[in-house]
Amino acid sequence: MTQDILNAVAFDDEGFMVEASAWTEEIGKAIAEALEVDLSDRHWLVVKYARQEFESQGEPPTLRRITQETDVSMKEMYQLFPGGPAKIAANIAGLQKPTGCI
Amino acid sequence: MAKPSRALHQSSGDTGVRKLALIASKGSLDMAYPPLILANAARMSGIDVEMFFTFWGLDIITKKKMSGLNVATVGNPNMHPWFGIPTLLGAIPGMSAAASWMMRGEIKKLGFPKVPEFMEQLIDAGANVYGCKMSMDMMKLTQDDLIDGSTVLGAMEFMDLTEGAQIVFV
Repeated sequence: MTQDILNAVAFDDEGFMVEASAWTEEIGKAIAEALEVDLSDRHWLVVKYARQEFESQGEPPTLRRITQETDVSMKEMYQLFPGGPAKIAANIAGLQKPTGCI
Repeated sequence: MAKPSRALHQSSGDTGVRKLALIASKGSLDMAYPPLILANAARMSGIDVEMFFTFWGLDIITKKKMSGLNVATVGNPNMHPWFGIPTLLGAIPGMSAAASWMMRGEIKKLGFPKVPEFMEQLIDAGANVYGCKMSMDMMKLTQDDLIDGSTVLGAMEFMDLTEGAQIVFV
């Protein structure tokens, strides 16, 4: 099921979606599963904020911006998305790899 | 084209977890940011980080000093092109304060946190922060003078901890 969903989506060499507009929550769930992230409400809060920020700013939010604009702390971000919070959140949200260095 | 996977997010290659050791030896405002930014970038990339603060670098993690770091306007070769302050004029009283004020403004514009908040953020991000024991003895500092979450450590112990790590000295 997850594999079927992922097979229908175009990813770049680093596993980020090529077309952010093609993202759906189902795809988000499938990507999270592939990344071994068990999505909770707190994950969704971050993912939805990242989508919203992308739609208004045209690029994924930096980690610092996520912690400033949502009630998710830095510590929690690292717990929710271990191994690279900003890029894993962007990955699940169907966005490009964030380029901000903060 | 590659499907998303955990492996794609790890910068470790085939050798296990990559580790970065940063040694911060300078305590001026302009020299405090590079190690902090690099440490943060490493943690955001899933790389383990060990930070050793030694000599003047200790100011960055000393509670009483970390908020008041300044830019030196004398003997700082970066003053001329960036701030337009020739070395001689840099000696005028108030010049260092003005340059520091200017730099804090630029840092804020870029959305970077101030030093105390940046350090707290790094500790929350899982970076390990150490104060150099010898420098602390020299400056009459104790664990209580350092930010919460930091540890006092000898240089040799730091070497043990950073076996196999990539070392950056600032």
